[in-house]
Amino acid sequence: MNAAPTDTVQHESIYSGSIASWLTTVDHKRIGVMYGATALLYFIVGGVEALIIRLQLAAPEGAVVGADAYNQLFTMHGTTMVFLVLMPLAAAMFNFLIPLMVGARDVAFPRLNAFSFWTWFFGAILLNLAFFVNQAPDAGWFGYANLTSKQYNPGLGIDFWVLSLQIMGIASIASGVNFTVTALNMRAPGMSLMRMPLFVWMALIVQILMLLAFPAITVGLIFLLFDRFFDTNFYVAAAGGTPVLWQHLFWIFGHPEVYILILPSFGIVSEILPTFSRKPLFGAPFVIFSGILIGFLGFGVWSHHMFTTGLGPIADTAFSLGTMLIAIPTGVKIFNWIGTLWGGHIVMRTPLYFAVGMVALFIVGGLSGIMHASAPIDLQQHDSYFVVAHLHYVFFGGTVFGLLAGVCYWWPKVTGRMLGEGLGKLSFWVMFLGMNLTFFPMHFLGLDGMARRIYTYPAGAGWEQWNLMATVGAFVLTLGVLLFYVNLVRSLRSGEAATPDPWDGATLEWSMSSPPPEYNFAVIPTVNSARPLWLHKYGPTRDISTHTREDGTPPQPDHPVERIELPSPSHWPLVAAAGLTLAGGGTMVGLLPVLAGVAVLVVAVYWWAFQPLERPGNPIFEPARGTE
Amino acid sequence: MEPRSPQPRSISSGRGLCSAVALLVLGGSLAACGLADVPDWSTIQPASDLSRSIQDVYKTVWFWTAGIFVVVELLLVYAIIRYRRRPGDSGVPDQVHGFTALEIAWTLVPAAILFFIAIPTVRTIFEVQQKPPADRIEIAVIGHQWWWEFEYPDLGIVTANELHLPVGRTANLALASADVIHSFWVPRLGGKRDLNPGSENKLWFTPDSVGVFIGQCAELCGTSHANMRLKVFVETADSFDAWVEQQRRPAVQDSVGLQAFLSSGCAACHAIAGTPAQAKIGPDLTKFGSRSTIASGLLANEPDQLAAWLRDPESIKPGVRMPNLNLSEERIASLVAYLRSLR
Ligand code: HEC
Ligand SMILES: [Cu+2]
Ligand SMILES: [Cu+2]
Repeated sequence: MNAAPTDTVQHESIYSGSIASWLTTVDHKRIGVMYGATALLYFIVGGVEALIIRLQLAAPEGAVVGADAYNQLFTMHGTTMVFLVLMPLAAAMFNFLIPLMVGARDVAFPRLNAFSFWTWFFGAILLNLAFFVNQAPDAGWFGYANLTSKQYNPGLGIDFWVLSLQIMGIASIASGVNFTVTALNMRAPGMSLMRMPLFVWMALIVQILMLLAFPAITVGLIFLLFDRFFDTNFYVAAAGGTPVLWQHLFWIFGHPEVYILILPSFGIVSEILPTFSRKPLFGAPFVIFSGILIGFLGFGVWSHHMFTTGLGPIADTAFSLGTMLIAIPTGVKIFNWIGTLWGGHIVMRTPLYFAVGMVALFIVGGLSGIMHASAPIDLQQHDSYFVVAHLHYVFFGGTVFGLLAGVCYWWPKVTGRMLGEGLGKLSFWVMFLGMNLTFFPMHFLGLDGMARRIYTYPAGAGWEQWNLMATVGAFVLTLGVLLFYVNLVRSLRSGEAATPDPWDGATLEWSMSSPPPEYNFAVIPTVNSARPLWLHKYGPTRDISTHTREDGTPPQPDHPVERIELPSPSHWPLVAAAGLTLAGGGTMVGLLPVLAGVAVLVVAVYWWAFQPLERPGNPIFEPARGTE
Repeated sequence: MEPRSPQPRSISSGRGLCSAVALLVLGGSLAACGLADVPDWSTIQPASDLSRSIQDVYKTVWFWTAGIFVVVELLLVYAIIRYRRRPGDSGVPDQVHGFTALEIAWTLVPAAILFFIAIPTVRTIFEVQQKPPADRIEIAVIGHQWWWEFEYPDLGIVTANELHLPVGRTANLALASADVIHSFWVPRLGGKRDLNPGSENKLWFTPDSVGVFIGQCAELCGTSHANMRLKVFVETADSFDAWVEQQRRPAVQDSVGLQAFLSSGCAACHAIAGTPAQAKIGPDLTKFGSRSTIASGLLANEPDQLAAWLRDPESIKPGVRMPNLNLSEERIASLVAYLRSLR
């Protein structure tokens, strides 16, 4: 990123600086950009894996890859998309936006934030290293025991998978703590919880879900590690263990994980629809509370992934009904989004296309979800292509479209450049077409009895035409994604400069230059409504419930009016993350790298702890003369 | 690689369209599709009481969800088209914050709809897991990487990959696994149920139509998970009894072939009743000649395909637990003749 964007005021770009400045940065904006860029790269990796899968299945008896390679591909595709693309892309936005939206100069724990990023970064590399030793994990992203045991999976693949998930889990928990505290404690004066932007609300729920869900999979993974490394028998039936235990632990994590993946998109859509309809979010409190309810209920439905496991009719009933209940708050959200558009002056720009696309596609995934919420129906649909269709309508149609809507929406804020409208809309339509062409036929495949995770299928089962269609669709979808990327690159190279508030937005992030100055807010704003900037532009209103007057908040001045000190960069988070990954990954090699990794970790944490946050050389901004 | 389609099929080319219509047009058309040629693997062409019960719930839920889909997507599209900003739209639209009565309505209406979905769901959950009727035939199903072992304890029959059932009589399956988790799934006969190592699962259904039904292991179980298929022959009572009788009749032992079998090391893994071969690592071959397929549905039980299997099992089924024994062509020929005589 060269050429400082032509802002009204010429700040030094927050992105300029040496590579070392990126490695040691504790600026939430730069960390957000690093999360986003890495996630967008892994999106290509996961996408290529998917394309090979689709090529293999294009016709019966496919011979593109063999059985083992295929199992590795779908395992890595799922793991990559969940942990290396969707979660970090959402994390990119949490990082960049939460402080800006709540009126803070950084996250609560800037160095912990850097540590989260680097830990995730190294964990992701560790996972993909498995390809280079030709032993990629192959037991599915859900890694059901006892297929993951040493006996049935003797190679290193599962070790890579377990260790990298464990390491990335630490990153998730650390950032969960960080953003929970940021959203709860760092809000600008006057920003009550009910005035907090919807995106931050959904992000907050996601952080709490991460904090509560990751421990479950951590325990499951530790059991698995012990089984594999120390011959314990947690999942070994012959020794009195239970493989089904893993399923419980995994899905107690796994189902909330679904909401960890979808709620950020709910938040994004809840920001975009009001902006482009030029209205407030319809029923905002209901959207917030339905989000909380979804998160809460999400912990009580995990066994809907296990209807075929044989838990008995009582459990099946409880988990069927619980799952159906979630449809109610989800429906409330969808109706409120439509209510937001209703009566608006809808401005048809690219972010709105993606946001509406997200709603339209998510409805399909939600409804097919109601089908297999019913345990008897699930006995047929479980592990069939019907579920593949369902989950891709949720994760691609819902999460990816939502996140890409967010990318389009906040891109000008992040980069200071506008995206091309024509190319943006074109990429939307090609992706929308490709997505439906790829995933809709999978409903029919499932109903026609095609099982998931099969690398080959016989001719004559009637699956040929749908599989071929899905493969063609996958390439159309790829083209759409490529167009999207081209748009990003073109914008960076030669995009039109972005004004501070290109979409006529309502929330605080639009109140400062694009990209924001390093210190975010020249003055910490005082917030008197849920739409501070909007009310500043269009006049105060009355709060509907309290009938008190709600005022706007003016945009930020160009220069600091007070002395601003920011935390100084530190390389210890990076070193600590490297040590942690070395210690974890080293277990596959031997004791020496483990000890070395632990030593690095301990030293780094020690120095980190004693390194003052403010010290000579930290960024300081003095008020410009004459702007008092 | 050998041609893998074990059975000639006649599939109407219209059936893809048929299921498309089933989803896209409202409920009733679903049943109508059943009149056309019946596909082998379909989940929505029931052939047992279990799959019919599931189908009934599915129809109800399908009806409601399809209705919701149409209404909600239409509202969305309408809103986008109707309320887009037009040249005359100056200023800002009415700043409506919400409307509580509406919120209550769109909470209660979906809740009511869910009620109509929940009732048949719960009823069917209990119905399909109640105790099976007394007139039933017990079968033990044991999953192996990557083949199925079927045992009829009351009839003294052990076989593999092909299940024979009398029409109209309940089949009560006890599901277990010898290694990892598998899942028994014959779509037209009902939903799937996992085979868990260390604990037994139950699944019962009563087939109501004569025919051959295809199934597939539905839980990822390793390299050749995709190659773990099975076939269920639902027969009239008479032909089933004939099959039982044939299975229990001792095979005429051809001692030259048996010698080849024993001296090739096959007995380390396979059992043939009435011979010294009694191992249980691979499928029981006592009546191998009466099976229509080899290796869980991958090959037709024809001499050339059987020879190909013995020559190099791995090339047919990746990861297979049967080694390539580097048999001479001569040896293969006598083994083929012997195995096919076991009927
Ligand atoms: C190390 C154990 C082992 C040995 C030795 C072995 N087999 Fe097998 N065999 C198996 C296994 C396991 C299968 C099941 C393969 C599958 O379908 O996944 C099998 C399958 C078969 C089948 C197909 C059975 C069916 O119904 O589909 C035949 C026939 C067969 N073996 C014949 C032989 C002969 C003949 C020999 C000796 C030359 C032999 N096997 C040696 C393990 C063995
Ligand atoms: Cu779930
Ligand atoms: Cu299996």
